[in-house]
Amino acid sequence: MEILELFSKIGIYATMALVLVFALGVVALRNLFHCALCLAAVLIGTAMIYVALHAEFLAAVQILVYVGAVMTLVIFVIMLTEHLGGKTIRQTNRQSPAAIIGLSGIVVLLGTLLMKTPWPVTAKALDAKVSVMSLGKALMGTYAFPFEVISVILIACLIGAIVIAKKDVSEKGPS
Amino acid sequence: MGIIESLRYFVPELILLGGAFLVFGTDLFVRNKKTVGELSLLILIVAACFCQMPAQPLKLFYDMFHLDAFAHFFRYFALIAVTLTLLISYSYKPLKGPYEGEFYGLFLFMAFALILVAGANNLLMIFLSVEFVSMISYLLVGFLKKDARSKEAAIKYLLFGSVASAIMLYGMSLLYGASGSLALPAVGNALFFAPFKSLAHIAVLFFFVGLGFKISMAPFHMWAPDVYEGAPTPVTAFLTVAPKALGFAVFMRVLSVVFMPSRAHWSVLLTALSILTMTLGNITALSQNNIKRFLAYSSIAQAGYILMGMAVFSNLGRQGVLVYLLAYLFTNLGAFAVVTLIGEQTGSDDLAAYAGLSERSPVTAAFLTVFLLSLAGIPPLAGFIGKYYVFAAAIQGKFITLTVVAAVNSVVAAYYYFRIVRLMYLTSASGPALPPAPRPLAIALGLMFAGVLLLGLFPGLFLSLIWR
Repeated sequence: MEILELFSKIGIYATMALVLVFALGVVALRNLFHCALCLAAVLIGTAMIYVALHAEFLAAVQILVYVGAVMTLVIFVIMLTEHLGGKTIRQTNRQSPAAIIGLSGIVVLLGTLLMKTPWPVTAKALDAKVSVMSLGKALMGTYAFPFEVISVILIACLIGAIVIAKKDVSEKGPS
Repeated sequence: MGIIESLRYFVPELILLGGAFLVFGTDLFVRNKKTVGELSLLILIVAACFCQMPAQPLKLFYDMFHLDAFAHFFRYFALIAVTLTLLISYSYKPLKGPYEGEFYGLFLFMAFALILVAGANNLLMIFLSVEFVSMISYLLVGFLKKDARSKEAAIKYLLFGSVASAIMLYGMSLLYGASGSLALPAVGNALFFAPFKSLAHIAVLFFFVGLGFKISMAPFHMWAPDVYEGAPTPVTAFLTVAPKALGFAVFMRVLSVVFMPSRAHWSVLLTALSILTMTLGNITALSQNNIKRFLAYSSIAQAGYILMGMAVFSNLGRQGVLVYLLAYLFTNLGAFAVVTLIGEQTGSDDLAAYAGLSERSPVTAAFLTVFLLSLAGIPPLAGFIGKYYVFAAAIQGKFITLTVVAAVNSVVAAYYYFRIVRLMYLTSASGPALPPAPRPLAIALGLMFAGVLLLGLFPGLFLSLIWR
């Protein structure tokens, strides 16, 4: 059992490291298409971490929504837009070195803070398995209000996005 | 309180929400978009009529919406701001087009979102409602599709805004990890214990970034001038007032409920940021030649004054913030209403268009003068009352450096506000007389003028409402 646990630990840390590498790829690679693929890899890796943390439902949703729908859409858009796929752009500018120095400072600061903080992690919390049923109950009970608010936000954004993205037909006359 | 029982106290918001859908529905059938605008105005007024002050704080929807006197005040604030903005935008020509109806509908959603911000008492609701307001703001800024500057402003706003929100969200995740709860009081209780003290400091910094962006606090103000210049003028007027005020509201709630124990630390930081904000805003405003940019920088400086009350955070300081926000609502919206009008009539937002305005349109010039004087804080106008309270709070809290810097800043600000007054009255006109203002805009101007004067002359009337 000891060895199994060790391997699973190594696996989780390896996944996390890979996610970080791919995340770096998203912001550093020059080809837009490669960036999109890296983003997909990051999202899949995150889903794997969710599985390791016993959040299977969240992992499934992550794969379905982000990898299955959003990323596919993004990749489609890049491939369908003629001059986007082959184009390479530099993602850095003259301020990048300074930004990296500043950010690494923040990372170090946050790292020490996170290590120092005694997170209230109990055995009970670790073993807790959130079933889909209790999730559904929470969404329809305590969290019904935020749930509904999200739907209002989505509809407002949809309407606004359509207004902004729609091709104007009114050039010739009133609609 | 459960969901069904809560609905009873949630009527104004439901009216706004239903009204927004009604507006989108009628927009499909009605050719004359003015009717749609009038309908949205009617909905806002009806919603305002149904607003009731709760006898004691109500925890609606399992405490997802905290309806107390504070939220009630900002409920009216949001409704007034949206109503006045709609009145200003009726005569704004660039908006006239097939999408005018959607513009009004989105503003009703905006009113709903702002009220949610006021009542948010929970990390989840704070994030959702603040994002809701931001999303609609991005959309409204980019509403003029054919205007390249409007689109540029929207993109800039979106990019800066998402980064700020992400940082705030990360801070929230730290708080949730430490306390295991999303409710602000529970988070506050958990942070009170020693091992979480340093975490609380970092989390409050992250909140400063996220909410500081919304209120255009100094190191995070870069977006403001470009966005305010590029956005349609009525939207600019709205953005400088309502989302900012609600940013202050949620900021106050978070600081008082969660971070009160570490007040000594962030109070120093806020004092420094307040000084930085007002100084940067004022100094940059001196050299502006576009009135929208000028007012953008002036509104950054005004945020600096309001931050004074936040830095002190005594009872008087908090009340000072509310008074200042109310004064600022009427004053800044009023100034922007005049800018909208002049921009429409002369086709230019340059300061040069205001030369000799007193000859071309004496009434408009008089209105703008009153609003600028109020921004400068000259008695007996509303701006003076606001400044009086935040200064009094700072002196009472022994924030002497802050008070002195703010006083010097007020003098600098008075110089550039008077520069425009001088331009309007002492230079000769460069064009013919301007036609009178369209009626909705004239009504809005009159209302805001009345607000500025009443708040200045009879502050007790409004203060008793706030004090309650």
